[in-house]
Formats: sequence, structure tokens, C-alpha cells
Amino acid sequence: MTLPPFQALLDDHAEAIHRFLVGLVGPAEAEDCFQETFLAALRSYTRLREGSNLRAWLFTVARSKAMDAHRRSRRAPVPVAEPPEPRRSGNGGHGVEPVDGDLWAAVAALPEKQRAAVVLRFTCDLSHREIGRVLDCSDDAARRSVHEGVKRLREVWA
Amino acid sequence: MSDRIEELLRTGGGDGVGEAVERFLAKAEDGQLLDVAYARAESPFGDLLVAATPRGLVRVGFLHTMDEDAVLDELATRISPRVLRSPARLDDVRRQLDEYFDGRRRRFELRTDRALIHGFARKVLAQTARIPYGSFLTYGEVAAEAGNPRAHRAAGSALARNPIPIVIPCHRVLRSGGVIGNYGGGPEMKARLLALEGAKVAGTS
Repeated sequence: MTLPPFQALLDDHAEAIHRFLVGLVGPAEAEDCFQETFLAALRSYTRLREGSNLRAWLFTVARSKAMDAHRRSRRAPVPVAEPPEPRRSGNGGHGVEPVDGDLWAAVAALPEKQRAAVVLRFTCDLSHREIGRVLDCSDDAARRSVHEGVKRLREVWA
Repeated sequence: MSDRIEELLRTGGGDGVGEAVERFLAKAEDGQLLDVAYARAESPFGDLLVAATPRGLVRVGFLHTMDEDAVLDELATRISPRVLRSPARLDDVRRQLDEYFDGRRRRFELRTDRALIHGFARKVLAQTARIPYGSFLTYGEVAAEAGNPRAHRAAGSALARNPIPIVIPCHRVLRSGGVIGNYGGGPEMKARLLALEGAKVAGTS
């Protein structure tokens, strides 16, 4: 067993996991999901097999926590995902330009698999191969989910 | 237009991750999921890495002679990979080390976890831990007290691999004739620690 110190996973992947969760469930829910993701990962870490792809594994855990949160919020009265704040706004303006907000609302409206694929591809910069690992599908299926997601966004976001 | 979409997607999220990480570390601690907590401590010789398990202080590493990642990898491999930075868990250790380096502390009052020490080394380091501040023994004397007077070489290698230097004061074991001998932090550090303690060693001023 040669697993790296858990702190190394946190240092290397916390930001990407956080961005993934914000993209999947919005900033309000992302905080709780982030806690649940890393606590679950830490709990099961010692049982992990050597040679696992740790980054893909963390994203898999995060996705399942996001799906849990989504199921919970469907029971809540107004299940509207809030748009995340863009990190760099084009003209140095404050807050979210309405048009960007619409895009994140459109992302939130995508089917779960397409949403995860699109966010993993662009927000987290994963390869199709890694996305396939996270979504438990082939590279080609991952590529198709990204493609369909972006196509759908192009239709609704104009 | 899809380029614009991709560009916007790339800028999503990322805010607030620092706070989220801090909250996670606090929860890991509360949930007793932290097998090894570590932090950096300062010393007049350079930074130290200090690490503790729930049982006590398990490692003091000299970062002026070794790499932090190497120390953490060793802890992950030999104790548990659930290793996380947690300065709060090491506050007491760091305070006592500060006092020691300031000359204000002669004895450490810390629990230690000797999980990284095996076999004859346990006996050697247990005897070493009893050498009072400001005094010293030779490798042969420590070997004798550990029950094997002829094992001075084994005693030497046990001391060289002491995972908790300073607190288990292997700097208080010298070669015969008051020759300083080797030290994980370098012979100069060893001489300066002995001088700090006011030990009367031949060949040191």
C-alpha cells in the first residue's frame, strides 16, 4: 500500500472538486457537498486499493454527494440552483452579468449526466477518458455527453 | 458562440474553497478521522515538522536536512495515509519546543507514540529518554543500559533513526572521548544543543 498522505489529495484537488460541485448544485449547496465528499473520502481512504486513480475517485464521490443533495432539494419548495460567481468578470464589473447567470441556470437544467460531463470537461478541465471513469462509462459515451450538453446549452442560451 | 459558452464554463466556481477546506479539517478532527496530524514548528536551526497520532507525538523531522514530502510519505506508509495538517493538535508540542530552544524548559511534558520504533531501538531510546538535561552518555553506555554492552553499533543506528529527536534527546549520546558524532540535524546542531543545555563536553566551547 503506497497511498499518499491525504493532505496531498486535499492540496491537489480541493479547488477542482469545489468548482465541480458549484457547477453541479450551485454555490449554496456546494459547501455541504464539499464537506460530505472529503469526509466520506477520508473515511474510506484506508480501504482504497493501490493504483486507483485518486482524482477520478474523488470526483466520483463528489458526484454521488451532489446527487444526494439534488434528491434532498427536490423535496424543498423552490429547487432553483443559484448561478456561481464567475471568477474573472470580463469588464472588471461586480457580481454576475445576467447573461452568465442564465448560462448557469441552463447548466442546472441539463440532465444530470450531461451536466456532470460539461462541468468536468470545461470547469474542471478533465479529459474525456477521466470523465468516463467518473461517470462510469466509455470515453466515447463521455464525449457524447459533453457534446450533447454543450449542444443543449447552445440551444437555450442565446 | 459555443466558444463563449466554454469560456464561461471554465470560469465557474472556485470562490470560498479556502474556507471550505478549513471547515473540513475541523470536522475531520471532530470526527476522529485524523490518524496523523502534523504542523511546522520553528527552531533556531530551521523549520521542524512535528506529527502526532491520538496517542502522542510520533515524529519530529528536521526540514533543514530532509524534505517535508519524504517525512509525510513515511508517516502515510508506516502509520496511516490519513495524514492531515492540523496546527491546533500540535500547539502544545510547539510551545514546549519554543521554550526548550529559549532555554526556558529542561523537560518535555508530552505523550509520545513510539509506533515508529522497533526492537532493540525501543530499549535504547527508552534509556536515552532518561538522560537528564545538560548531561550525556556514550553509545557504549547507552547500549549497556539497554541491556547489551557490546551493542554500541546497534545503539548508534537506533539513535540515528530516532523518529522523535529533541524530545527523545539523542543529541545527549556521544562517541567516547566526548567526540560529538553524527546527528540527523548535522553535528553542528548537536554541538549547539549541548551548548544550549550547558553540557560540559570536551572539544566544545
